[in-house]
Amino acid sequence: MQVSMTVNGEEVVREVEPRLLLVHFLRDELGLTGTHWGCDTSNCGTCVVLMDGEPVKSCTVLAAMAGGHVVRTIEDMERHGELDPVQQGFMEEHGLQCGFCTSGMILTARALLDRNPDPSDEEIREAISGQICRCTGYMNIVKAVRWAAEHQPAAVEEG
Amino acid sequence: MQVPAPFEYDRATSVEEALSLLERLGPEARVIAGGHSLLPMMKLRLAAPEHLIDVNDLTELDYVREEGDELRIGALSRHRELLESELLGARFPIFHDAERVIADPVVRNRGTIGGALCQADPAEDLSAVCAAVHAKAVIRGSGGERVVEMRDFHLGPYETAVGDAELLVELRLPLRERAGSAYEKVERRAGDWAVAAAGTAVWLEDGTIADAGVGLAAVGSRAVHAEGAEAALRGEEPSEELFEEAARRAAEDSSPTDDQRGPADYKRHLAAELTKRALRRAVERARG
Amino acid sequence: MATVEERPVGFGRMHRKEDPRFIRGQGNYVDDVRLPGMLHGAVLRSPLAHARIVSIDTAAALQHPKVHAVITGKDLEEQGLAWMPTLSADTQAVLATEKVRFQGQEVAFVVADDRYAARDALELIEVEYDPLPPVVDPTEALDPDAPVIRDDKEGKADNHIFDWESGDRGATDAVFARADVVVEQDMLYPRSHPAPMETCGAVADFDKVNGKLTLWCTTQAPHAHRTLYALVAGLPEQKIRVVSPDIGGGFGNKVPIYPGYVCAVVASIVTGKPIKWMEDRSENLTSTGFARDYHMHGEIAATREGKILGVRVRVLADHGAFNATAQPSKYPAGFFHVFTGSYDLEAAHCEVKGVYTNKAPGGVAYACSFRVTEAVYLVERMVDVLADELGADPAELRLNNLIKSDQFPYEAKTGWVYDSGEYERALRIALDMAGYEELRREQAEKRERGELMGVGIAFFTEAVGAGPRRQMDIAGLGMADGSELQVHPTGKAVLRVSCQNQGQGHETTFAQIVAHELGIPPEDVEVVHGDTDRTPFGLGTYGSRSTPVSGASAAVSAGKVREKARQVAAAMLESSPEDLEWETGRWFVKGDPQSGKTIQEIALAAHGPLELPDGMEGGLEAETFYNPPNLTFPFGAYVCVVDVDPGTGKVAVRRFVAVDDCGPRINPTIVEGQIHGGLAEGVGMALMQQIAFDEEGNCLSGSFMDYLIPTSLEVPDWELGETVTPSPHHPLGAKGVGESATVGSPPTVMNAIVDALEPYGVRHLDMPATPARVWAATQGGPERGT
Repeated sequence: MQVSMTVNGEEVVREVEPRLLLVHFLRDELGLTGTHWGCDTSNCGTCVVLMDGEPVKSCTVLAAMAGGHVVRTIEDMERHGELDPVQQGFMEEHGLQCGFCTSGMILTARALLDRNPDPSDEEIREAISGQICRCTGYMNIVKAVRWAAEHQPAAVEEG
Repeated sequence: MQVPAPFEYDRATSVEEALSLLERLGPEARVIAGGHSLLPMMKLRLAAPEHLIDVNDLTELDYVREEGDELRIGALSRHRELLESELLGARFPIFHDAERVIADPVVRNRGTIGGALCQADPAEDLSAVCAAVHAKAVIRGSGGERVVEMRDFHLGPYETAVGDAELLVELRLPLRERAGSAYEKVERRAGDWAVAAAGTAVWLEDGTIADAGVGLAAVGSRAVHAEGAEAALRGEEPSEELFEEAARRAAEDSSPTDDQRGPADYKRHLAAELTKRALRRAVERARG
Repeated sequence: MATVEERPVGFGRMHRKEDPRFIRGQGNYVDDVRLPGMLHGAVLRSPLAHARIVSIDTAAALQHPKVHAVITGKDLEEQGLAWMPTLSADTQAVLATEKVRFQGQEVAFVVADDRYAARDALELIEVEYDPLPPVVDPTEALDPDAPVIRDDKEGKADNHIFDWESGDRGATDAVFARADVVVEQDMLYPRSHPAPMETCGAVADFDKVNGKLTLWCTTQAPHAHRTLYALVAGLPEQKIRVVSPDIGGGFGNKVPIYPGYVCAVVASIVTGKPIKWMEDRSENLTSTGFARDYHMHGEIAATREGKILGVRVRVLADHGAFNATAQPSKYPAGFFHVFTGSYDLEAAHCEVKGVYTNKAPGGVAYACSFRVTEAVYLVERMVDVLADELGADPAELRLNNLIKSDQFPYEAKTGWVYDSGEYERALRIALDMAGYEELRREQAEKRERGELMGVGIAFFTEAVGAGPRRQMDIAGLGMADGSELQVHPTGKAVLRVSCQNQGQGHETTFAQIVAHELGIPPEDVEVVHGDTDRTPFGLGTYGSRSTPVSGASAAVSAGKVREKARQVAAAMLESSPEDLEWETGRWFVKGDPQSGKTIQEIALAAHGPLELPDGMEGGLEAETFYNPPNLTFPFGAYVCVVDVDPGTGKVAVRRFVAVDDCGPRINPTIVEGQIHGGLAEGVGMALMQQIAFDEEGNCLSGSFMDYLIPTSLEVPDWELGETVTPSPHHPLGAKGVGESATVGSPPTVMNAIVDALEPYGVRHLDMPATPARVWAATQGGPERGT
């Protein structure tokens, strides 16, 4: 079947099997390997992308279901050579080690800050609670998101 | 990662279309909304429908609104929307209690109340919540609509009253004065299924409990609607002793089994303990 | 861009050099590797824990239009490849031939156009099994009538693997005999699994024309793997290139060679195409290297005044169906004999018995530091059990028994020589940070109201940086590590190391080592790792050995370069080398600081027309094959506060204080990150993680729905402190820290939970302390959960 959706601002049209999962569509069809996968049961969250601005687990969405929707992956976070403050925050606060959960964490943080520009630590922990990290022990991820929240306006001015 | 077996895909643009597709395609067709119950099963090849009918475009089924003396929730309402609905939180805080601990925030962006109820996993929370608040389920088929009490909606594990060519379209909750409700859940870890959970709703009149609803999750299908506990509460004045008695009856209503989440005796204890705690909070909210 | 003064040259906090690609989703993990014509493999696995294979019918699978090949054990047998050696001198089936020995064991390998077709094809393979009674409980494995699992071994009539002991049995028995107080306790360190976010996998590309195999693989030890493939598959070693690209977490899960890798290699040779095999999560949890599964019986002897005299342990080690643990070959129980812990004992003895069961193979993984996790858990729980028996405060008891600073280097009763330590100070700092007295007051108040709160303490001595090659080899490969440092004419450098990181930040910290030694800014030092074609030989990254061994190797190479630079500088300055003095980044003539040549100037001169002394070659580089003289012994003091809901058994970790000493910290931010991660792992192990089986040997923890890993909501903000006690033998004094927190945190959390349950008379509770188990303990239930 044919599926068409907007990915990172561009309209894409492809012929796919109905059963093709969105994560594989992004990685294998479109070559956007920044989105990862790590489990079979929708638990780990390494596959998180933004669909219509909200984080979803792309391993539990069919590419067909994403048809007609707007998808944003980690590759879209840097715009015109400018890092998103969330990306910068992860570097500033050592919010990543192996990097495998990082794409999903950054996108969820971006969506959180878009709805709630000044989240508390508890709200940040709640927002990322559907995504597992084995390396960081989470505290630096929370600090990274706080950094982004506190540097949001500065980034807008520079942009 | 595991992947599903092949199937055909259709997208419905209206409820009528969804129903007519279900009629045409027969029992090998399944409706998919949020997909976070069905797709994992399909990936593990525990389910292999030949046809999926995507109902995510049926935004006409996505609402929370007051209509007369009822609060009506569209079946396609996402968990996140229910958690964020001020109206629902004000009238039935049990929903907020429960949604906070259903799955995780990302899954809640997609999962729907209709999907959760129709999947009817024995540990699923909204079944117990809807039972506690004495909700009614509106089921639509080609022949029209029928309204079904929650106790008749739940037929057993993974079994509901929704027929092959029917759709759950709405939940209707009674709006009455002096209502309070609460949900208490124990899980092994944030986002996990309940080891056991209890939802309660009370409606007070002149200080006594005019009506009560008690629904338990993960402790046996009979306890989804804990009638014994409800009977103990009706007509009585709230008190710690009453809560103890209702809790005891709730434990009797339950028939938990040993599994990875815990042994049966522990779950039975939780059925009582959590019923008690949920009742305390529900009454407090009804009085407040 | 910070100036030289603002950013550290050498040790200090700096942003990680590897981050720019990860935050952009531009990492290159194995599943990101795509080669022209690449096919996909999938493994068919046994549903039964123990069964004879009656028949395998691959006809239907071969008929699938997208299937290129189906390989079975029989096919491999013809090539002598059905079995492969393990890292413990045992053998493991690559694909089962006559029998399957654990649920999830590899039975066939399918190659198809894409991963979806490969998955479909698995369902088309028909295998007929004849079930055999499984051996699941390790205590039953040695029953005389237990089924023999390894009947593939000539003459094998039981499920016994090894017996091993350490310490002085006679002296220990004597100490126990005369002690005022002896307490014993059974304790289980349950089977768990590292579960890195990225599963294991490989892309095998055999070039028929060149005869070269390139294997992209999730491996923590690329060179060791290369040599093993050469030995096993008979491929010429110079024609094998193992590339470990970005790895999404290792934690020891990616040390062994898995059958899937071997099948991918064979399939690539057979089809002439690149073959990708990436396991799914259930395969990862049910078939790859698990961790722990030590069934321990501990005893501790003391005077009634609370002086600990001795510790004695018997261990039954469940190794699964094949002995595939990865640890130095002379130590089948790894470094378990460091169970003497951080205390000055008069005697100690342990016996470890390894057995086979019908479960996945493994045991050494998950940041265990080669069984140090088990050892520290044992001794720290025993100290608390002793405290309970004596009615002593667990902090006081430890303070009175810790090895004193003037006793270092300390010879433990099982042969270890702890290099350096200042134990009491670290524990006092931790207690101070925690506000220990105040916590005990709060606990007393809460107990009066029936509220449960626990304070847990643990002190650990780690043993890392394996190791001296005479004592330590894995599969015959000595655990020394190579490094090569080249300084380019323009003063930039390339450091090639043999270790391979999976998130530890080596691209940054190793650059900082060179910066520290040579004054070349870390931005100007490229760290190359993970590719056997481009890096020197070494045993890889696990057991926290990167800093102690590879880091030392890099420091020594940098030191050699610095010395050569001295010679070159002397020639440039027309001075004698002895008259030169070093300050970061340059050599200058003593007493004349205005003179001097920077390392960059020296590098250019070394490559230029400068007349060099007789016998000296041009260029500015060095290599070192570093043989560590000893392990290093990081240590730490941890304090945990928990709140327990008596009505439900739920445990909440309120606070966690961790004081670590890993010697000088190359990059404190990275060190702290390593500790944070390990602490979270400890919470997971203590509260929720277990790879469980039923009596039929069915694995009950084959997905993240049942193998539970902590989320951001289960862990607190970590409160870290530090002391710095350099290692006397390491060139930088650094000790390594990667596994310290995973070692120290589980007993801290469990000590806190048991402490919380003190009103119920609970002396011990096994991990994981799930709500069900904690609640059962309040009901006078079994201490050891089912």
